[in-house]
Order: sequence, then structure tokens, then C-alpha cells
Amino acid sequence: MARTVTTNRKLINTLIAWTIGLLIFFPILWTILTSFKTEAQAISDPPVFLFFDWTLENYAVVQERSNYMRFLWNSIIIAGGSTVLGLIIAVPAAWSMAFVPSKRTKDILLWMLSTKMLPAVGVLYPIYLIFIQLGILDTRAGLVIVLMLINLPIIVWMLYTYFKEIPGEILEAARMDGASLKDEILYVLTPMAVPGIASTLLLNFILAWNEAFWTLNLTAAKAAPLTAFIASYSSPEGLFYAKLSAASTMAIAPILVLGWFSQKQLVRGLTFGAVK
Amino acid sequence: MATQQSRSAARLMMAPAVILLLGWMLVPLIMTLWFSFRVYLPMRGGDQGWAGLDNYIRFVSSSSFWPSIQVTLIIVGGVLAITIVFGIMLALLLDQPMWGQGIVRILVIAPFFVMPTVSALVWKNIFMDPVNGLFAHLWKFFGATPVEWLSQASLQSIIMIVSWQWLPFATLILLTAVQSLDSEQMEAAEMDGAPVHKRFWFLTLPHLGRAITIVVLIQTIFLLSIFAEIFVTTGGAFGTRTLTYLIFQRVLESQNVGLGSAGGVYAIILANIVAIFLMRIVGKNLDK
Amino acid sequence: MTLSGKFSSTALGLIAALSMSSAATSEELTIATVNNGDMIRMQGLTEDFTEKTGHTVEWVTLEENVLRQRVTTDISTKGGAFDLMTIGMYETPIWAKNGWLVPLDDLSDEYNADDILPAMANGLSYDGTLYAAPFYGESSMIMYRTDLMEKAGLTMPEAPTWDFIKEAAIAMTDRDNEINGICLRGKAGWGEGGAFITAMSNSFGARWFDENWKPQFDTQPWADTLNFYVDLMNEAGPPGYATNGFNENLSLFQQGKCGMWIDATVAASFVTNPNDSTVADKVGFALAPDNGLGKRSNWLWAWALAIPAGTEKEAAAKEFIEWATGTSYIELVAEKEGWANVPPGARTSLYENPNYQSVPFAKMTLDSILSADPNNPTVDPVPYVGIQFAAIPEFAGIATEVSQEFSAVYAGQQTVEEALEKAQALTTDAMEAAGY
Repeated sequence: MARTVTTNRKLINTLIAWTIGLLIFFPILWTILTSFKTEAQAISDPPVFLFFDWTLENYAVVQERSNYMRFLWNSIIIAGGSTVLGLIIAVPAAWSMAFVPSKRTKDILLWMLSTKMLPAVGVLYPIYLIFIQLGILDTRAGLVIVLMLINLPIIVWMLYTYFKEIPGEILEAARMDGASLKDEILYVLTPMAVPGIASTLLLNFILAWNEAFWTLNLTAAKAAPLTAFIASYSSPEGLFYAKLSAASTMAIAPILVLGWFSQKQLVRGLTFGAVK
Repeated sequence: MATQQSRSAARLMMAPAVILLLGWMLVPLIMTLWFSFRVYLPMRGGDQGWAGLDNYIRFVSSSSFWPSIQVTLIIVGGVLAITIVFGIMLALLLDQPMWGQGIVRILVIAPFFVMPTVSALVWKNIFMDPVNGLFAHLWKFFGATPVEWLSQASLQSIIMIVSWQWLPFATLILLTAVQSLDSEQMEAAEMDGAPVHKRFWFLTLPHLGRAITIVVLIQTIFLLSIFAEIFVTTGGAFGTRTLTYLIFQRVLESQNVGLGSAGGVYAIILANIVAIFLMRIVGKNLDK
Repeated sequence: MTLSGKFSSTALGLIAALSMSSAATSEELTIATVNNGDMIRMQGLTEDFTEKTGHTVEWVTLEENVLRQRVTTDISTKGGAFDLMTIGMYETPIWAKNGWLVPLDDLSDEYNADDILPAMANGLSYDGTLYAAPFYGESSMIMYRTDLMEKAGLTMPEAPTWDFIKEAAIAMTDRDNEINGICLRGKAGWGEGGAFITAMSNSFGARWFDENWKPQFDTQPWADTLNFYVDLMNEAGPPGYATNGFNENLSLFQQGKCGMWIDATVAASFVTNPNDSTVADKVGFALAPDNGLGKRSNWLWAWALAIPAGTEKEAAAKEFIEWATGTSYIELVAEKEGWANVPPGARTSLYENPNYQSVPFAKMTLDSILSADPNNPTVDPVPYVGIQFAAIPEFAGIATEVSQEFSAVYAGQQTVEEALEKAQALTTDAMEAAGY
């Protein structure tokens, strides 16, 4: 008996799934809607859902107060730079772990992950002092390095799990054909690992984009990304729900859109070796 | 097989990542260790000399220490439990045939893209505010007294906010695992008349074991250090002070870097205890 | 200003900037500031500064707690990320003592530093030298709804007692219509609920430390203060007051949900501004209450601009201070936004200005500021300076934790006795750690 799915069943699935999906998405939707209301409508009781006077005023106010494009650009550079740099360093490491494993490979991997457990706030003073010494306080380069180091364990781990799924025989064959190590990585391995690399790239871009401790504490004006942008809207005087919503929407919109467009890639690769 | 040459090449290729992370770990660690034995008070002119074990003793003997460990474990445990249970349910649901599956998936993963600061701000103000929040309006609509979320149900509220952020991650990983489930085996079990809960318990869940392990591992790493969600919502009041937050208070609010550094060392020890536990499980599960 | 007018003035500014840059170098100043309304307004007027001096400004605007954490880290490590910092009366003497700030003893005659209100200059000086220039200053006072007071059949005296406040608050409360007799800060944090309860405790005869720096939470006046506060708020306060700070209360008051509100004097211009406030024309003012013990429950605070020692742009930074905290800035704001919106509480001449005297809250603000004495804040003698704080480096950390214990009382999670016991223990411990 083949598994036939009745239309009824499909309908019920659809209903439940859409309800839950909308419920989970609702806080974001509500924030976006609120950003188009006036401050008075934003707190009105009963709340207004769609039928209000849509206004762009909040966005204008936010834009007038802060140079959004600069924050956005810094976010893109920092998140992008740290991800790309991380990949460059992690690909060879993950390759050697996957294809030339030694007894210590697993220990090294887990040790790498454990470096992420260091509480950031405990080392704020040491890192701040180092940044001053190196003269990289409030620079994008400084943040690129820090975020790269923070996410490197995750990148190595993810890549390792993808590489491991690639059968070693293919590499053997390439080697027999006289491919050098460089060729092997560039022309054989990388194309096969593209979905994995894409998904690693996306995940780490998101993580770097949303990192809010170091990006706030190691910047002033020049390198401040969107996390610092939002810190100036958190509790201003008077009614602020609508403006907060507008600023929030501006901070999350780019990454949300990117995430939606690339969700297929992200989902396909986001396994961390969970499936064998 | 791997030759001597490729072995040394492999080592060479691993070197940058290992050296960088070693530096990233060791330099701050050594500085933290150094500070933890010093009377280091930035507001009183910086390093005031040797402290011996004073900072370590003072940090644990403070009445906030054990509660903070407890709160940390409750938050990590609570979020893990919620995200895994609901993650499995969602993954199973999303695996079913339906209309608009892609859109539903987009809706479900959206919270993962939201900055923790933004999510905390939005939840705190627009939803949980006891006067103007949406929940307050909703409660009033049904004639109930609005809940003062962040003071009366502070820990639950924070767990809820964090779970909302991490549910997509758990769901995605579990979904990939569910999709790889052997459907023939399932059908066979169905034909044998195994009821739904039995099929779930004996087939699906064991199959998801590995994915659950991964979710636990990765999320724990991030959850042990959550900060923005607490800083924005309660500022550590109402019994929501985690170990990370306690260290923040010592270092930045009390401006006692020595004491905070000692706390940092304790946090590293706690993280390692958790890590050893995790790695036992993960190591076992990953070798399968 | 029309668009073309704006354009030409920008062009003029540009020319001025160019011509100036040949004489004096034009610098780019990085300024850290708090996201309060007056500072945001200043941000919007930066162009005027650039036109006049040729220097440009990069703003780092942050929420108060983030700002404190950020500037404190930077100044104590001599990071040099900022050329100017916005700090308060609490930080100034401590930082100045450490030699972290540039003394402001050579500001120009035109700036007229003697015009700064003595109470403010006092609080922002160390050893008789000014280290931070007040952008605006505040005390605290009662803001109340004249219509609700009338409806309750009561008259607000100019200097009420706590007993009257309680009576009035209960009379004004109408929970069915979401009107709370009184809104007060309960939010944890030394600068939020901590500041309020400390100032209030002064009027009950309480103090943080005795002359030997021994914490005093085990004394009766503290128990009286907290019990009175909790009773009052439970009978007449808004729901969830344990998480309400300045901003939350401001928005409640603006929405007409508070009968009375005791808070910063600067709030007066927000609650009387018809654009934001639904009750703008129904607000009266009175001095913060007392208990007949000789001390009122009002505080003293200033947000001020200070220059970190070691900056290479000291000269330009001083020019900014003269611009932002001088009299011409006040006139600039008055011209653009009206007298009610100028930064208050910093200069004597402002209160002598007939234009400003007609602003309804001007007199009460000045009276409140004048009645605050940071050098002598409590009924019994204390070893510290400061009304709603004690100007020692450890205070911020201790007071935040103490106020968290208090907020837990407000949320009904522990009793007053338990909180005071914990406060006493943790303060004793922290003071020991600091070597007192």
C-alpha cells in the first residue's frame, strides 16, 4: 500500500502549519506594522492591526537622527569580512581534519568549540587593552578579526562535517591523475562542497551580523555597525514604540531579506553532520 | 593511504586555525588569570598589587554566586528543552505534505535572523509591557489582569524570548534529520500495525538522536553566554542574574576587574564541566 | 527656514570652514552622548557648530546604561576613542581625582563660567576646579494633574509632605479608568529606582553610610522609607511599577495615566509639550515632598561634557563645550524650538531672562535645584558627597545590586525586611572588598 495522502489530511496539515508559522512570525510582523504607525496608534487599546494611517514618519525621524547607511555598510563589511577570512583559514584546517585524521583530530575539534565558551565580558578589559596597544580600536579591521576568531570554531566544525561526507576515493583518484594538493582542494573538493560552504558562509554571516557585545564595546563612531545603531533607540524619552519599531525593522531587514532569499542554501547545508 | 608527506601538509594546513584560536584563547586567558590575582580597580587608579586568593574567595562567598549558577543552568536547560521538544514537533509537521511549505518554512526560521538586542527590546516593550504591551491589551480584552511579565515571571519570560530566537535553528537541523528518515522502514512499521506513538518512540526518536546531540551542543555554547537578552529586559533583577551577568556586574558596574576576572575563571571552569559532559555524549554519538 | 536659505547657510558655513581651516586646523570630534531628548536636539543643531568653528562632529549616541559602560571602559584604559564624553555629577569628581579629565579652568571670558549655577558648578568640580561643563541640570519635583487634584477636592501646597502625597494619591486613583494616583520609579539600577529611593530616604532621615562608612540598611529610617513606598505604590501606583523607570513613567504621565509623578525637573518640558503629551495644559508643579525632618526628597544631577585627558583635540573639544553649554546655544534653541525647550538648570542668566521666567515650570525647577545640597544631603551627618548617590567609585555597583533587591520587593518577591537584610550584607561585603 503506497502512502496516499488524502486531501483532507493535507488541508489539516496546511492549516496547523500556517497557524504555527504565523504565530512564530507574528512578533516580527507586528514590529514591522508598528513602524508604520504614529506613536499614539502604536500603543492604542484596542490595538490596530492593518487599518491605520500608514506613515513613513518614523523612518524619516530615524534617518534624520542617524546615518543609517554608514551603520549598514559597517555591518556588511564586518560580517562579510570576518566570514570570508574565517573561511580562508578554516577550509585547509577542515580539509586536513577530514581527510588526514589523526588520533587527536576529534579532541582538537572539540577544543576549538570549547574556546567559544569563554564569557566575553570577563575578558573585555584584556581585549580592550590589546586593541589600544595595536591601535585597532574603532576600526573595521579589528572587528573583522575578533568576529572571525569567535566564529572560526563553528566554521571549522561545519566544514569538517561536510568534507567528511565526501568519499575519499574521489580524492585518491584525483591524486592518481597527478593533481597537486592545491588542485585537489580547489578543483575537486571545493566544487563538491559548495552547498556546505554556502551554508557555512550564510550561517556565519548571520551570527556575525547579530553579534552585539564586541561590536558595541570595541567601536565608537567610525566602525559602529547596526548593533550600535539600535543601542541609541532602546529607551528614549517619551513614547517611542513606533520609532523603536522603525529602527528595529531597519536593523533586521537586510539580514531577513538575505536569509529568505538564501534559505534553500542555508537549510540544505545546515546539518552540522546531524545526518549520516 | 595518507603518506608522511600528506600528514605534514595536513599539519601545516591546520596550523593557522589552531594557532589563531590558541592565541585567542591563551592571551585573554592568561591576562584574566593574572588580573584575578590582583587588586585591579580601574576607578581607583588601576592595579593596586597582589590579592592572593581573595578575589576567588570573595566571588564564591557572595550570596549571588550560587543563585547565578542555578539561574544559568535553568535558562540553558529551559531553552534546550523547549527548542528541542517544539523543534521536533515542528520538524515532523513541516515534513508532512501541505500547501505553501516553502512560505511556512520562511516564517518559522525568521526569528533566527533577528539580533538578540532587537528581539529583547521588541519583546520587552511592544509585547510584555504591563500597560501598553500587546499582551496587556489581550489580557484586558479577556477581562484578565495583565501579567507583569518581566518582574513576576521574569525567568520564564527570558526563557521564552531566547527560545523564540533559537527554535528555528533547532527546527532546521531536526528537519534535515527527519527528512532523511527511512520511509520504507516507517511504512513497514505502519503495516505491522505499530501505533503512531510507538513508531515515534522506537523509530523516529532514535534516528534523531544525532541531530538532537548537535542541537544541544551548539546551542549550549551560545546559551551559556547570553547577555543582551538579560541586559535589556531585567538588568539582572528579579532573579535573572546568570553567571555571565554577575561577572558583568563585577567588572563593569562595580569596576572591580580583579573580582570579575576571578568570576571569569569560574565561568571557564563551569563551561568546561558542561563541555566535558557534552563531549562525552557528543563524542559517543558522533562516533556511531 | 526655507530650503534655499538652508542651502545658502550651508554654503556659507562651508566657505567659513574652508577659510578657517587655513588659519586653525579643522578637527573631527568624536562625542559620546546619551539618547535623551535634549542631546538629540543638540545633535540636530551640530551644523551650527561646524559653521562657526569649522570642526565636524561624529556622534556616538547610546542608551544611558550602554553609554556608561562604554565611556568608563574607555577612560579607565586610556583608550582615547572619544574626544568628549557626556557624564554626570557622579562620575566627574571620581574621574577628576584620577587625573582622567582635562580641567576646564581656562574657558573664554565670553563663555562666562561664573554664570553656571553654583550648585551645578559645585557638583562638577574637584578641588575647586571645574572638570565638566553642565549641558543641562536637574533636580526632582512633583508634577501633578491639576484637573484630577481638583476633582479629588484637594489643593497641592507648594511644599507638600509625604502624608499629603499619600492622601492625594489614594484620592486620585481610579483604577477602572486606568488612572493611578502616583507614578514613581521602581526599576532596578542605581540611576533609576536607586536614585529615587535614595533621595526619598533622605527625607525619612535615612542614610547610606554613617561617618565610619558603616552601611545603614539595618536602621529604622530605611525600613520606614521602603514600607511607605511599597504601601503607597500598592494602593495608588500603576501595575508593574517595579520595572518602571524615567521613560516608562514619562510615557504613562503623557498618556494621562498618572495623577502625580515625582521625577526629574527636565521632564516638565516634555509633559507640557502639546505635541507629545495629552495632558499638556493640565500640569502643575510643586517641591518634592518631605517629612518635616529638614530634608526634602529631591536630588541634584547634571549631564555634562568632559574632555578625557590625553586627547589630541583638546582645543577643538573646548570650543565644542563653549558652543554647547554657552548662552548662545540656549538662544539658538529658543529661536528654533521655543523657550520651553532650551536645556534647563545650567545657567543663572537663564533664570533671570524674562522670556524664560514666563515658562510655567521655570521657577519651580530653580527652587528645587536651589533647595538641594549635595554636601549636606541627609538628616544625620555622612562622610560622602551626593544626594541620590555617594560619590565613591564603588557606589554604582553596590547601589545597582541594592536597588535590584528593592525592586524584588516591589514585585512582591520578597519582604522589606529580607531586602534590607540582603542590602546590608552585600553593601558590607562590597565595602570590605574596597578596603573601607
